[in-house]
Amino acid sequence: MQRRAIFNNRILPYFLLLPQLVITIIFFFWPASQAIYQSVLEQDPFGLRTRFVFLENFQTVLSDPLYIEAIQVTAIFSVSVTLFVMVLALFFAVMADRQIRGAQTYKTLLLWPYALAPAVAAVLWNFIFNPFIGIFGRALNDWGLLWDYKLNGTHALILIVIASSWKQIAHNFLFFLAGLQSIPAAVVEAAMIDGAGAWKLFRSVLFPLISPTTFYLLTINMVFAFFDTFGVIHALTDGGPGRSTTTLMYKVYSDGYVNLNLGQSAAQSVILMLIVSALVWLQFRFVEGKVHYA
Amino acid sequence: MKRTLLVLTLIAVFATIAACAPAPTPAPTAAPPTAAPKATEAPKPTAAPKPTEAPKPTTAAPAPTATTAPRPTVPPGRVKVEFWFGLGKPLGDVLEAIVMDFNKSQDKYYVDAIYKGGYVDTMNAAIAAYRAGKAPHIVQMFEVGTATMMAAKGAIKPVYQLAQETGWNLDPKIYIPAVRGYYSEGDKMISMPLNSSTPIMYYNIDAFKKAGLDPTKPPKTWAETRAAAKKLVESGATKCGLTFEWPTWIHLENFSALHNIPLATKANGMLGMDAELKFNSDLHIRLLQTLMDMAKEGSFKYGGRDGAATVLFPSGECGIIHASSAARARIQRESKFAWGVTYLPYFDDVPGVPKNSIIGGASLWVMNAPGRTADEYKAIAEFFKYISKPEVDARWHQETGYLPITHAGNDKTKADGYYQKNPGADLPYLQLTRTEPTENSLGLRLGNMPQIRIVVYEEWEKAFQGQQTAKQAMDNAVKRGNEILREFEKTYK
Repeated sequence: MQRRAIFNNRILPYFLLLPQLVITIIFFFWPASQAIYQSVLEQDPFGLRTRFVFLENFQTVLSDPLYIEAIQVTAIFSVSVTLFVMVLALFFAVMADRQIRGAQTYKTLLLWPYALAPAVAAVLWNFIFNPFIGIFGRALNDWGLLWDYKLNGTHALILIVIASSWKQIAHNFLFFLAGLQSIPAAVVEAAMIDGAGAWKLFRSVLFPLISPTTFYLLTINMVFAFFDTFGVIHALTDGGPGRSTTTLMYKVYSDGYVNLNLGQSAAQSVILMLIVSALVWLQFRFVEGKVHYA
Repeated sequence: MKRTLLVLTLIAVFATIAACAPAPTPAPTAAPPTAAPKATEAPKPTAAPKPTEAPKPTTAAPAPTATTAPRPTVPPGRVKVEFWFGLGKPLGDVLEAIVMDFNKSQDKYYVDAIYKGGYVDTMNAAIAAYRAGKAPHIVQMFEVGTATMMAAKGAIKPVYQLAQETGWNLDPKIYIPAVRGYYSEGDKMISMPLNSSTPIMYYNIDAFKKAGLDPTKPPKTWAETRAAAKKLVESGATKCGLTFEWPTWIHLENFSALHNIPLATKANGMLGMDAELKFNSDLHIRLLQTLMDMAKEGSFKYGGRDGAATVLFPSGECGIIHASSAARARIQRESKFAWGVTYLPYFDDVPGVPKNSIIGGASLWVMNAPGRTADEYKAIAEFFKYISKPEVDARWHQETGYLPITHAGNDKTKADGYYQKNPGADLPYLQLTRTEPTENSLGLRLGNMPQIRIVVYEEWEKAFQGQQTAKQAMDNAVKRGNEILREFEKTYK
């Protein structure tokens, strides 16, 4: 069977592509080009005075020790979130994939957090971990563990890692589970007949077979940690205490939206765009070699 | 398969980045319409505490322009002006009610009040609208945005100029000096005061009694405050002695005013954009050191940035709180104990103290846009005249807990017997007017003030964590703050 579609009409293919192109242009190319344009300008918020400064904004941003600090925070944060999310989600998926009573209930319950908006998740976590009004936060202090994420940077970072991961685990769980369920039962049974224990089965059969899923999730989680965690950070810590939870994304927001420094904020967006593109490229370049596509 | 995956991922990545680009339109980080005013907004009597209720901007939230209620129709033949405001419920309701009454009292003009989210969102919306040539006629802007607005010459029409053009006989003297001064250049009023508050001390009378402290003699000075806080904790009356909300507004900006020391040169920035921060003086360092010592001995608890600490007082956790006068309504509603109010403490060994405190809150700005008519400006002037009337001002003061903006509004409230029924409700006014404002207690006008406040939060938090000394914290804050000011100055050169 020939798989290539042949169009006799010359216009039809472009017509079919049009909706996607329009969306991409309006929601990506246009704002992205605006960001790039803005990043070489120095402008007051009202646009009354504009000066072309070429790469000066980039120079300022990159020589700013606070920006370097934000890079470090982001690195620690994204790696922690990604690891935490994937390990736990994989564990849950492997567990839920077994033949156990009420498996369906577990699966449903594990998916709930995904339905929550990040800010709502943050409010919930605050109810639990707030050192003054949170149930668990108070208990920790009563037990003599001085927990105060409003003043302790490490605590704050731990909290936003947990809160962000909690939301993302559901998403990862779903993909891992789908991956595991697509493995033919025969393969698993064969391994078991050969005498593979649970760990051996997982290590040598299941894990390699779901590697495309793992790879996909790795990329998605990194991107999630970079961009979609703004709501959690904003609602829980506002980037503090000190600057201990100010990630690159949060800095773009606070410089651009709160402080109205459009040029530098735009420059940061462009840098962020480059960093993440590079990360994705690296992942495909080096990690993908170890992935088996079925 | 591989290539598709790569392409898909890249598109996802770029789409996310694109959404994050600071396009002039307030797209992704917009607050939901119900958001309580946040960031550097100072007074919020009934607004939610940050940790529990205040909804925060999220990518999933609806855009701030989404209005829930249908807008009332404009009666035909009226000149309509748009008024964007950033006060959440229930304060925003009072404002809308006042606007409605204005419209009813009119047959010529009509003010259309539109809620635009918190102050930061309202500011961004107004800026984006101005750039698109569709600025609202009036916009409410928080006090720390004053420098940005004043620098935007051409985008705004100063109130004194509006008065001249529309034949409005504006007398600045009817407004309270510490309120008017914040929004004036010399004698010329630039924006119209609306909601102002000032920080005061609230204390838990029940806890004071339990600790053996005399609630009729609340602490006046820092030494007394510290002793009382210590006693509260040691006697087990409360878990924490002292806390405060809006840390920088109260213990940097107001602290400087009370002690008549400069926050910055050039009369705290009022005389020019080349002002330099001066808040690493010995007295400023001494306050931070006192707070650090108190935190160590357990008599003070840092409750977080902005309004995050407010909850600690009504919950009974802390026996004393320094908070906005506008927190009154909330404390009244949520506290299950007797409480009292008094003046903010000061260091009594400084000569000539205490001076008047300064305000926080917001004012109304007139914005220009292509195609504005003289009638529209007249409508704005008419509305400003209306809110300056003693009865309207008194109502605003009594229903919201904000300060009156005019002396007459205060007199009217007194005549109404409101202060007899609500003892202590006149304390903010008394503290604000107890001395003639000096150069150091008139207010401040520093560019990018929201950012400077964040810098101070960061340095203080590091000091409270024991990562640096009080002097290092204040020196760092001044150094970083000055860089921010120079950045601002450069943008407007």
